[in-house]
Amino acid sequence: MSGAPLLTLITFGPLVGALMIMLFARGDEKASNARWVALWASSFVFLVSLLVWAQFDPTNPGFQMKETYEWFPEFNIAFRLGVDGISIYFILLSTFLTPICILASWTSVDKRVSEYMAAFLALETFMVGMFCALDMIAFYVFFEGVLIPMFLIIGVWGGARRIYASFKFFLYTLLGSVLMLVAIIAMIVQVGGSSIEEAMLFDFDPELQIWLWLAFFASFSVKMPMWPVHTWLPDAHVEAPTAGSVILAGVLLKMGGYGFLRFSLPMFPDASAYFSDMVYALSIVAIVYTSLVALAQEDMKKLIAYSSVAHMGYVTLGIFTGNAQGVEGAVFQMLSHGIVSAALFLCVGVVYDRMHTREISRYGGLVHRMPKYAAVMMIFTMASVGLPGTSGFIGEFLVLAGAFLANTWVAALAATGLILGAAYMLMLYRRVIFGKLEHDDLKSISDLTWREAAIFTPLVILVLWMGIYPASFLDGIQPAVAEVLSRAPVSTASSLQDIGDQARSLLASLR
Amino acid sequence: MAAMPLLPEILLACAGLIFLMIGVFMGDRSAKPLAYAVAATLVAVFLIGLMMPAGPAFGGLFISDKLATFAKALIVVGAAATAVMAAARATPGDGSGAVRFEQPVLMLFAALGMMLMVSANDLISLYMGLELQSLSLYVLAAIRRDSLRATEAGLKYFVLGALSSGMLLYGCSLIYGYTGYTGFDMIAEQVLAAPDTNIGLIVGLVFLIAGLAFKVSAAPFHMWTPDVYEGADTPITAFFAAAPKAAALALFARVMADPLLGAAESWSQVVAMLAGISVVVGAFGALAQRNIKRLLAYSSIGHVGFALIGLAAASEIGVRGLLIYTAIYLFMNLAAFACVLAMRRDGDAVENIDDLAGASRTHPAMALALAAILFSMAGIPPLAGFFGKLYVLQAAVEAHLYILAVVGVLASVVSCFYYIRLIKVMYFDEASDPLDGPMPRDLGMVLGVATIVILLFIVLPGPIVSEATAAAQQLFQN
Repeated sequence: MSGAPLLTLITFGPLVGALMIMLFARGDEKASNARWVALWASSFVFLVSLLVWAQFDPTNPGFQMKETYEWFPEFNIAFRLGVDGISIYFILLSTFLTPICILASWTSVDKRVSEYMAAFLALETFMVGMFCALDMIAFYVFFEGVLIPMFLIIGVWGGARRIYASFKFFLYTLLGSVLMLVAIIAMIVQVGGSSIEEAMLFDFDPELQIWLWLAFFASFSVKMPMWPVHTWLPDAHVEAPTAGSVILAGVLLKMGGYGFLRFSLPMFPDASAYFSDMVYALSIVAIVYTSLVALAQEDMKKLIAYSSVAHMGYVTLGIFTGNAQGVEGAVFQMLSHGIVSAALFLCVGVVYDRMHTREISRYGGLVHRMPKYAAVMMIFTMASVGLPGTSGFIGEFLVLAGAFLANTWVAALAATGLILGAAYMLMLYRRVIFGKLEHDDLKSISDLTWREAAIFTPLVILVLWMGIYPASFLDGIQPAVAEVLSRAPVSTASSLQDIGDQARSLLASLR
Repeated sequence: MAAMPLLPEILLACAGLIFLMIGVFMGDRSAKPLAYAVAATLVAVFLIGLMMPAGPAFGGLFISDKLATFAKALIVVGAAATAVMAAARATPGDGSGAVRFEQPVLMLFAALGMMLMVSANDLISLYMGLELQSLSLYVLAAIRRDSLRATEAGLKYFVLGALSSGMLLYGCSLIYGYTGYTGFDMIAEQVLAAPDTNIGLIVGLVFLIAGLAFKVSAAPFHMWTPDVYEGADTPITAFFAAAPKAAALALFARVMADPLLGAAESWSQVVAMLAGISVVVGAFGALAQRNIKRLLAYSSIGHVGFALIGLAAASEIGVRGLLIYTAIYLFMNLAAFACVLAMRRDGDAVENIDDLAGASRTHPAMALALAAILFSMAGIPPLAGFFGKLYVLQAAVEAHLYILAVVGVLASVVSCFYYIRLIKVMYFDEASDPLDGPMPRDLGMVLGVATIVILLFIVLPGPIVSEATAAAQQLFQN
């Protein structure tokens, strides 16, 4: 294991790129220089993150590659970084999607290009930093810092109602997060330091846990987003530029779920058990209700946005089942959704760049003019539906298996979401791709360019890889999830043993 | 020599008299050089002060300790920067009229008053310093005699200020009456000996707090702030917002934590109320404002409320939080006012929020800096404003003031709305009628330095935090 501070490098590498763009991009070639710098910086960071993955030891359940820098010693706050089997995949997801986003905005963003690229790189720093952080204050700084670049990306480069959407996004998520800040401070006062590892080992008083859990829930449930605080998401998605939607769906929505796994579950096990029924109820409402809402959408991005809320319902459900399958499924579902929904937004972006409309009824029969596009979109539609062989299946299956162990009725109700999900996704696909090519302006539409093909190829590979051989990811996730669950709710501790056994046998049969 | 710790103030007073003479003989054209001289003198006497021995002076009337030094550093930074920025308005061809030579000199005397009051160690010297400051400020508010708004602002400030001084003095006399002393050390002993039992002392305490709350413009004693901010000339407003706020907050902390620490249980409730009301008033009051100076006035009420959350904790880390918050706020304020001063169209100052429309295209550097400052004021990490809030909230949580902490953060979300609205105007709206460019160099320098401080606080919290820690420690040792 090398001593190089790789995590610092991947966290602050993009920021250096952003500073270079802001300081040195000048003159006629400004836009093109900014694009290339952003692409190089983000690709470099992706390669380094692959190096992190290579050095990562999947059998070790704890945190690895830890780095600590003195920060605010008087509070015992330090800048601590580290990865475990959960965060490593989210880091990879972030570093993987950022170059793709930059490629996707290569031509579609044509005003204030250097600012756009700098904002994206800054966003990457905050995202990666948040997943690396092993210190509550550092976590909060990154978690909240995401708002600044995202606010600007939606507000400056967004669609017609961008101002409304950006304000809603900013204030909604901030309102949840400030309560988490108070909770974090209360925990620092209790624990006597802000290290996440120390806080995980600390036994919080059950009554205090309830309050802390609620404060964290206020933040993460908005970020997820869970029903009924999801309403910022469709607005933000619809108004954001394509790459903004990709990052929003791909990474930002995962921050809530990651937070639940990093804080709520291991630090407040009693409160998590106490509130699990409430989370089940909210998750099921999210799955069923937003699926129905998605069925009624006329805007492609809105439809996918609502489908994201439904898919996130599976994630919250899985996390709070409190058993190995549910939690592993939730992690896998987040990763899969990160790729699939990102790809679907990119698919929308492809036709939007050509036609400048996202209305479903303005399309139809695209398969006649865009066969490659139709094939790519089919793979992602199937993955979103959860067809076996795609990444979507593994996550949903594991979550439902976990939910079944926890509560049969919950699992049954949640499973209806699969049917509804198939309904709206297939409807979308049929209306856009199949049928007669009726609109005159569609008759000259061109298929994927080489750049777009280059964007989609790795995504397709990844979706199939995760669907066909999930073990390369699950092997790393398993020990870390077991570690998180080792501090599982006291109330279910007795049944945990046999649940764990069943989980193991089920997973063995899965492979 | 007994006066040695106070030598800087003595020198400053002498310099002020000399500058006044120069001004009288040279007339208004000396205003700009005088402003630079005032700034240089302030920095010089501060540096001299660092070399002087610490300790009490004039028989314990004054004290030079770490808290005083910390506050003086803030006063000097605030007053020197605003004096220089004010001088920028004296450039020829400037549409707003000539700057009077009294302006920099009065700023110097106000700064002298502030320095005296932060090192006051006696109720009498406290009042003396406070009044020297206040009288200078009253005149400064109305220094543009031909402007109706400035005159109104000055008068309003004077009448309400006199009322508050009266309350403060009445509070002082009650405290004197019930403890028998005016010196802080002796009062502290008396209060510690019989804490909270003495109703007369409590009444005096409340009057004293009301007077101080007026000076820091904490709600519900804030009514003068928006009008004075709006009415006074913009460089004067910048001065009001920077140095006197910092000085008054430091004084507030000293009076509460030094002589009256024994009655902490009584005053912390009052201060907590002030803080809670202030953050809420600051957040909601600014929502409907169209004038950027009125907006900053309400924002200052909110920020003072946040600083007072630290004081309400009545602990060492609480006072440290207050000092750090005040220091960060000072820099944010200077930067914000540098931008307001740069807002000109065809040579005339404009102060509506919509005048900033499209500034990100016409003034990219200024817009970027102001956006960073506004995000910082809103308390969004990774900027300094967030850490200021972190320090005070930590103190509040440690003192079990959970409700106050939650009210504070919720109000900060509300206030976020108008900060990001300003950013929206600069970044999302199309330019209608661009402002004059480019920014004058002195304003740009103040803005640049303050922005760098705000941006780099996360990496180098260094001197601000360590000095504030030492100041709070020393205050609570006595």
